[in-house]
Amino acid sequence: MSLLKPGHRGCAGCCDALAGKFVLDALGENTIVVSPTGCLEVFTTPYPESAWGVPWIHSLFENAAAVASGVEVALKALGKKNDIKIVAIGGDGATLDIGLQAISGAFERGHNFTYICVDNEAYMNTGVQRSGGTPLYASTTTSPAGKVSFGNPQHKKNMPAIIAAHGSPYVATASVAYAPDMIRKVKKAADVKGPTYVHVHAPCCTGWRFEGSKTIEVGKLAVETAMWPLYEMENGVVTNVRKLKNRKPVEEYLKAQGRFKHLFTMQGGLEEIKKIQAIADWNVKHFGLE
Amino acid sequence: MKLIIKTVAKPGSTRANKTGAWRSFMPVFDHKLCSKCGICAMYCPEGIINKLENGFFEPDYEYCKGCGICANECPKKAIVMVLEGK
Amino acid sequence: MRRRMVVVEGSYAVAHAVKVCKPHVISAYPITPQTHIVEDLSQFVADGDMNCEYMNVESEFSAISALIGASAAGARTYSSTTSQGLALMHEALFNASGMRLPIVMTVVNRALSAPINIWNDQQDSISQRDTGWIQLYAEDVQESADMLPQVYKLAEDEEILLPAMACMDGFILSHVYEPVILLEQSLTDEFLPPYSPEFTLDTKNPVSFGALADPSTYTEFRYKQEKAMGVALEKIEEIAKEFKDVYGRYYGGLIDEYALDDAEIVIMAMGSVIGTVKDTIDELRSEGEPVGLLKVRSFRPFPVDAIRSALKNAKIVITIDKNISIGKNEGALCTEVKACLYNTDLRIPVIGVMLGFGGRDIPMSTIKKVINKAKLVEKGIYVESEIADLREDMA
Repeated sequence: MSLLKPGHRGCAGCCDALAGKFVLDALGENTIVVSPTGCLEVFTTPYPESAWGVPWIHSLFENAAAVASGVEVALKALGKKNDIKIVAIGGDGATLDIGLQAISGAFERGHNFTYICVDNEAYMNTGVQRSGGTPLYASTTTSPAGKVSFGNPQHKKNMPAIIAAHGSPYVATASVAYAPDMIRKVKKAADVKGPTYVHVHAPCCTGWRFEGSKTIEVGKLAVETAMWPLYEMENGVVTNVRKLKNRKPVEEYLKAQGRFKHLFTMQGGLEEIKKIQAIADWNVKHFGLE
Repeated sequence: MKLIIKTVAKPGSTRANKTGAWRSFMPVFDHKLCSKCGICAMYCPEGIINKLENGFFEPDYEYCKGCGICANECPKKAIVMVLEGK
Repeated sequence: MRRRMVVVEGSYAVAHAVKVCKPHVISAYPITPQTHIVEDLSQFVADGDMNCEYMNVESEFSAISALIGASAAGARTYSSTTSQGLALMHEALFNASGMRLPIVMTVVNRALSAPINIWNDQQDSISQRDTGWIQLYAEDVQESADMLPQVYKLAEDEEILLPAMACMDGFILSHVYEPVILLEQSLTDEFLPPYSPEFTLDTKNPVSFGALADPSTYTEFRYKQEKAMGVALEKIEEIAKEFKDVYGRYYGGLIDEYALDDAEIVIMAMGSVIGTVKDTIDELRSEGEPVGLLKVRSFRPFPVDAIRSALKNAKIVITIDKNISIGKNEGALCTEVKACLYNTDLRIPVIGVMLGFGGRDIPMSTIKKVINKAKLVEKGIYVESEIADLREDMA
């Protein structure tokens, strides 16, 4: 039985619920979870209920890494056993945007904890507004496609590289669509001493506009098109990548989602898709995926 | 309801909320086609597809929201989504 | 017991008081004029004189956030900040109080920017009035130090469980060298019991802190915070007396009085200006002026009943505020005192004076001027509230 209990208010087919479940499957009951504000926090803890079977704390949107570091230091000061795993699980907004400073501070201080970013590429909790994790040309409620716009004009922030630059001993990317791989990486991150990071790609059916039954399918397409490379970095060096045998064109990933639909209907859209294909091509080259 | 002042909630207490009522489509498991791989249970966002003693899997319909991930991911097509109340 | 007085900087006396309270976790970010407190604490830790974890964080926001985590994990916690740092903490202050985490913080009061100014007034902590933190204001260095075991005891009381600010005026108290008695470890151990909260982030008894409260429960959380402040109102006096029994020093509980019994003109103030007010009163009393002082030690919880009863015989009340609510032309103490008198039969004119912004000195001559002006109320000349130490050449 999962330590993330049912009855929570996640959407049918929710990627965050899957991510939360996999993290607890990986780490077990000897774990303390810190959640910043976000979908996972809100839908798991409507007072007086909680879906969490482990100690859990939510403070604010932008401070999960600082709260987690305080928990770690307190356990040390109180002389509690150091086999307790401390993990922060935040969304892309809480991680790439508003919480970045606190994360930077916590990684620099070198606390023994794991930060997991569950990246569904927009502010889903407030209604699909763009974040630093939103990819190029995704249509969100604050970067909508329109007569003179193809959607979000910016590229996705490279958060794993930012964390690696802090000297983190272990940084990995994962996907909710590759559960055994994600569970292995979360376990490894928690076992490595020091501040470690797992960046989890999490397709959100509500925000990306696809059927809830397709969460895993869309997640797999992201990996198979090289839009989401799966890799591990140890002490700043890429040590393991998931190779792609028959790489698919990015169109297959894009056309599965409503947030990219405009690229297939707007004049000049197909031309713009080449820029997205270039991102995938860069990933292949940079990480040696083929 | 007694208020616990520290905004503290008890572990796993969302179980009071029976999300099965959300369901429009219901997954029906055909054990004859099932290979017992467990992918359905692994990818259930509710964590409510349980392994039976005989090795087959069944969802807890009190909580199943009917998302259909299990049916979509089943490599043996052993799960079908059936409209509720029909 | 022989009590040895030593001449130390105010910040050192406070840091030493923190040390004997034995916090498990300290988390702070340097900001003038708080720096000497955290520097002294860092040295205690570096020298092995203090068995605690000191966190050098990257902002005040992370300082308070780390303590939220540490306190929820069951640790006794401490921070110190001022001005911009306290303002940066604002969001987390509500959070700490709402989760009922008894974090203790020394606020070294300083003015807020713009214009940037590092000197003392009380705009910073006053602006955090509604965050659900207990706020006590110290008059001198000894009280600033002695306040710490008192606020820990108060904050951690299981019927209270609210975070607390021990406020001391920047530079005037933090950087002054005064003869003080450093708090004894043995007495503090006797006075302050260990912190043992009912709920912590414990893997043996997992609970969820900081759940989402919808309209069906949110109001009750606020109500309980207010009730806890009510308990604090009772216990502040009690704890101040216990402190007196153990250490032999007393500064008042919620309020304190000086030459108040027969006073017709009552000055009300908080913090270090009280020393100057007392000296002024001594001088005016020798000239036969019926002037007295009502010191407000606890601003949150606000001692409504104690103030009503202390002002029973007053003819004129003068409130001194080192802060302003811009747009109301009043300091917070003035507003609160007026409000607490309104639903009574007491019809005392309350004259609000705002002084000492951004570190402007408040000499006895200014206090006398203010008193003389307030006396004109009897002739019907009345300035309800004003900034009373403006430079004529700039205003």
